[in-house]
Amino acid sequence: MAEERRPKQCTVVLPTESMKAMAESIGVGQLQEESCAALSEEVSYRIKEIAQDALKFMHHGKRCKLTTSDIDHALKLKNVEPLYGFQSQEFIPFRFASGGGRELHFYEEKEVDLSDIINTPLPRVPLDVSLKAHWLSIEGVQPAIPENPPPAPKEQQKTESTEPLKAVKPGQEEEGSIQKGQGATSAEAKGKKDGLMRMKPRSTHELSVEQQLYYKEITEACVGSCEAKRAEALQSIATDPGLYQMLPRFSTFISEGVRVNVVQNNLALLIYLMRMVKALMDNPTLYLEKYLHELIPAVVTCIVSKQLCLRPDVDNHWALRDFAARLMAQSCKTFSTTTNNIQSRITKTFTKSWLDDKTQWTTRYGCIAGLSELGPDVIKTLILPRLTVEGARIKAVSDGPVVSNIDKIGADHVQSLLLPRPTLTVSQSGIGGSGGSRTASIIKVPSSLTLMSTRPGTPTQLSPPATKYIVMATSSGSSSTQQVLWMASICKISRTLKLSSSAVANSAVDMMKLALMRTATGKGDPELPLLQRISSLELPASEIAAQINA
Amino acid sequence: MAAVQDGQLNLEVEKDIKTEITNDGSGNINANSSSPGSTSSGGKSKSPAGSGEDQQTLLAVLQFLKRNKLTESVDILRREAGLSADADDSPVSESAGAGSGGVPSVGADGGDANSLLSRVSIATPVAPPATAPPKVVAASGGEDQPDVNVVLSAYSQQGDPVLYPLYYNGLKKFIESVLDCHRAELSQVFYPLFVHMYLELVYNNHENEAKQFFEKFSGDQECYYEEDLRILSSMSKKEHMKGNETMLDFRTSKFVLRISRDSYQVSCLGKPEMSRSLWQLTITYRMLSYQLLKRHLQERQNNQIWNIIQEHLYIDIFDGMPRSKSQIDAMSGSLAGEGKRDANKAKVFYGLLKEPEIEVPLDDEDEEAENEEGKPKKKKPKKDSMGSKSKKQDPNAPQQTRIPLPELKDSDKLDKIMNMKEATKKIRLGPDNLPSICFYSFLNAYQGLTAVDFTDDSSLIAGGFADSTVRVWSVTPKKLRRVKSAADLSNIDKESDDVLERIMDEKTASESKILYGHSGPVYGISFSPDRNYLLSSSEDGTVRLWSLQTFTCLVGYKGHNYPVWDTQFSPYGYYFISGGHDRVARLWATDHYQPLRMFAGHLADITCTLFHPNSNYVATGSADRTIRLWDVLTGNCVRILTGHKGPIHSLAFSPNGKFMASGATDGRVLLWDVGHGLMVGELKGHTDTIYALKFSRDGEILASGSMDNTVKLWDTLKAFDDVELDDFTAATGHIHLPENSQELLLGTYMTKSTPVIHLHFTRRNLLLAAGAYNP
Repeated sequence: MAEERRPKQCTVVLPTESMKAMAESIGVGQLQEESCAALSEEVSYRIKEIAQDALKFMHHGKRCKLTTSDIDHALKLKNVEPLYGFQSQEFIPFRFASGGGRELHFYEEKEVDLSDIINTPLPRVPLDVSLKAHWLSIEGVQPAIPENPPPAPKEQQKTESTEPLKAVKPGQEEEGSIQKGQGATSAEAKGKKDGLMRMKPRSTHELSVEQQLYYKEITEACVGSCEAKRAEALQSIATDPGLYQMLPRFSTFISEGVRVNVVQNNLALLIYLMRMVKALMDNPTLYLEKYLHELIPAVVTCIVSKQLCLRPDVDNHWALRDFAARLMAQSCKTFSTTTNNIQSRITKTFTKSWLDDKTQWTTRYGCIAGLSELGPDVIKTLILPRLTVEGARIKAVSDGPVVSNIDKIGADHVQSLLLPRPTLTVSQSGIGGSGGSRTASIIKVPSSLTLMSTRPGTPTQLSPPATKYIVMATSSGSSSTQQVLWMASICKISRTLKLSSSAVANSAVDMMKLALMRTATGKGDPELPLLQRISSLELPASEIAAQINA
Repeated sequence: MAAVQDGQLNLEVEKDIKTEITNDGSGNINANSSSPGSTSSGGKSKSPAGSGEDQQTLLAVLQFLKRNKLTESVDILRREAGLSADADDSPVSESAGAGSGGVPSVGADGGDANSLLSRVSIATPVAPPATAPPKVVAASGGEDQPDVNVVLSAYSQQGDPVLYPLYYNGLKKFIESVLDCHRAELSQVFYPLFVHMYLELVYNNHENEAKQFFEKFSGDQECYYEEDLRILSSMSKKEHMKGNETMLDFRTSKFVLRISRDSYQVSCLGKPEMSRSLWQLTITYRMLSYQLLKRHLQERQNNQIWNIIQEHLYIDIFDGMPRSKSQIDAMSGSLAGEGKRDANKAKVFYGLLKEPEIEVPLDDEDEEAENEEGKPKKKKPKKDSMGSKSKKQDPNAPQQTRIPLPELKDSDKLDKIMNMKEATKKIRLGPDNLPSICFYSFLNAYQGLTAVDFTDDSSLIAGGFADSTVRVWSVTPKKLRRVKSAADLSNIDKESDDVLERIMDEKTASESKILYGHSGPVYGISFSPDRNYLLSSSEDGTVRLWSLQTFTCLVGYKGHNYPVWDTQFSPYGYYFISGGHDRVARLWATDHYQPLRMFAGHLADITCTLFHPNSNYVATGSADRTIRLWDVLTGNCVRILTGHKGPIHSLAFSPNGKFMASGATDGRVLLWDVGHGLMVGELKGHTDTIYALKFSRDGEILASGSMDNTVKLWDTLKAFDDVELDDFTAATGHIHLPENSQELLLGTYMTKSTPVIHLHFTRRNLLLAAGAYNP
């Protein structure tokens, strides 16, 4: 302790050089070294004294920040002329100069052109002091209004949910240990999913009338028919800092809503609810962890449910699955910890149902979509190895006898889901496969590929050819051709990439070879030499495509 | 080093001392009545003691005793010497542990005394001149001291400064070796000793030694002294000491320690053991506990420490169990140690004044008022109950006329009636019924808001600003209007019923008024109870009285030459108190331009002032970390309350006048029983300076507002209920504080980056808070 304090308290003294410089500035040359030392000690002491006095003024000024005026007042206390010219609250315009072994701080005074000053437009007149009243608390409960801070800062919510026993009343930290009763109440608070326990144990569950109204309005708007209203409501959910208390209600609303609407196959409502989830996750002041047990099942339901709409063949429930999958990925990223293991649990769930042969195509689609959002590692280890199997399955559906239209559509979607995605799969595996020796720049390129494939809007230079090939692929009939085409598109991409990194291209080619081999063995058809030529990259991709089309 | 030559010279000195010793040896220990000031001549003796001389000293003493046929003493001394030779500590500590102040202790003491004596006797010849000059000088102030000190340092001991750390270390080791229960008490000595030793070193120009000493031991000091240590550390030259206030405080005031008699006796018992051990300084600690100890000290020739203790410490010995570390910590922290128990013995009439002359007319007027409203019957019973309550004379209340109070005017009576009416609509607060809080934010204040006050009826808010202005707002729809100019006033029909309305100038109606007059930041502000006046105190050293009828300055009270940190009207008006950087609180009456009373005693700036609800007392909080209560009638300080670890910035009396709350920069709120002068509670929770404290109208709830942007509500009923006041605590001045103040915390309300600098309960128990929004 002494050691820590010493440098702070004892030894800080102005350097003697400063004394010399100051002496020179007032015309005293050749100051003795001893005098300098003595002076600097004296000056340092006086400065400290003044600073200590200035602190008093700061305290009485009810500020946390020492200002120049405090120093002036402290000087005045000592009957010393205050320093003039340092009125700025924030910035003291000292400038530093060095040269000839000397270091100086000086106050820069520029020559000012009066006409400039006269001609500059007047600044805005500062507003006068005004008084504004608001309710800080109403019978012990703090209303969630903009004038009040968010009821519980996110950090606090987080510590509360992750370490419930440490969730103490603010300011209690210094107590060190909390008594058992405290711990019990906060645990209880957690159990009841209500953070305000901390503030006032009893009135936690009740929402104020305003909050109830707000809740009603928001939930109605969110699932109502007016899109404009919905947008507003979602915006409110995503930005309002005071929703903490209502969070349990919202999460229940969502989970119940999903449960009911899945049964009723009400696609629109499910979409609305997912958008609410998204808005909640976007709100920077909310920490959702305590409500994940309700939200995650709801989201997962929207990803993998067998049927989400009344007419699965017509309605675009695939979009909902994609959207929910993205939400899932986001929450995994945000909330997965070593204790809750969300990501691995989710991954397991998806994989399990995907591996099941009896799984419907809709669910299958959801699982793959969910998995593919979970990041390159998951794609590499879980999706990639199953590509062949899945390809075979798709082929079986598309080639085989038409069992049902729904299956066909499902298979198509799975296929289209897998199709653009392998692009990135390949590039990703390229990275992984090459043993991690690749540079970071390569990693970036594939990730842009990822974006390209999932979100067509994301601009990359590579996207046009890829899209083109995919279009071509879907337009052409046979699945094996498609796969080849897809390979060709990879090839094309890889070649484009080659400009920056031949490595990716190489690995892509490796992958392609592998895939081609599979295709070839599966079909055993005359395309093989062509494919070989592709693999050797002698032909430009467009040529390959043209050949295949022909 | 001087011991050998001194050997022969001891005789004559010993004779002087001997009488005293025998007295003490014969069982005087328990009396302990003599004050530490009554030191024997030997007490001043000094010589740098070497342990080697012990043996010789003993022999010399033995010879002397034999010659004087004091066989008993010889025996005792022998015994002690023998014991020490055995180096067997256990019997001693056992007896100490048993806590028996009986025979063994007496014996030991006797022995101590003798050996001590011998040492003293040896020492005296060497350094009699050295003993005389008190190095660090007491009250009279530093001016005449330098000469003495120059003399002192000139001849005295080259080796002396080097020995300081040894002394200190010895003491430290000794205290560490005593029983746990006493260690805490004795440890209190460390800090004052440290400070004084350091100052002595500095004073004697042992700059480097001082620095080393500081570095070595500053870390041992309690963390709440850190601020003082910082000031201390910056003082490394004698020149610095001149004019340094902290320095002066230390030199002019005795640091007060409270030590239980028990500890004192233990220290007596511990003595032989100590003498055996070679730490000479160990003895010193005993001095703390008393007379005998004093001798021990002399024996050990620790004159440095001895002098310090003699001159700068006041040791307050009480009967009873030694206090625990936490108890000591609760009470210590002030600049000058704890308050002496004597200081808090005076009777304080904390009861409220009854209001007889109000009561009678009030009944009538109330009735009238009610008749006007047309529902007279409803209120009758309530009013009666109130009347009967206040008719009982509170035994603790001061006499009605103890302080002459201004007579009530009609308007005051009207206001009282209003007050009572409002009071009947008051919400009963409690843990299950928390008050609503309305927060008044000052926007665009650019960090300049320095003081806020509300009128009692919550109709006006005043703010003091760093730009020297005072602004008054009306928070009711009623706008602020000026009285018309004299010329216009003469045209008014004075007989008309609404003359009071007519004198107001409608053209000047506005929601706020600015009062210009000060030439420095306005740090304190206070409305008069009748809402006609406003007081403001400023950095410019003046207190100004403003009229809220004309919105002009009426008087500038000059007296403080330094910044006036706070000012406060008496609850009955007319009187007001101000306190500031000059450490003097002044009591004024509005119609006198000079103060009626000056309350001097604080060792640092007076940071806040407050009238007791009965207007007979004034409380002041200070940067010396004490609170003092002053009797307005006599001007005496009747309470010194210590326990805060930082400058005190807010005070509040409970409505019944019995309790007080105080808040400081250390972020803690302390609760005090005014009548007993005891700390009765500690509320932890805030993390920054507490600038605002207020009890609810019925005293059930204490609200505290702080720089940490929170308002907290505390259950004071529970806090005061829990207090157990037995005779012991009353006698010793300390109690067991409840472990966990969190149970008392009823609510925490964060503001949006707005420090809370004022709180006010309306008559209906709505809590108003104010602060400047600080984006």
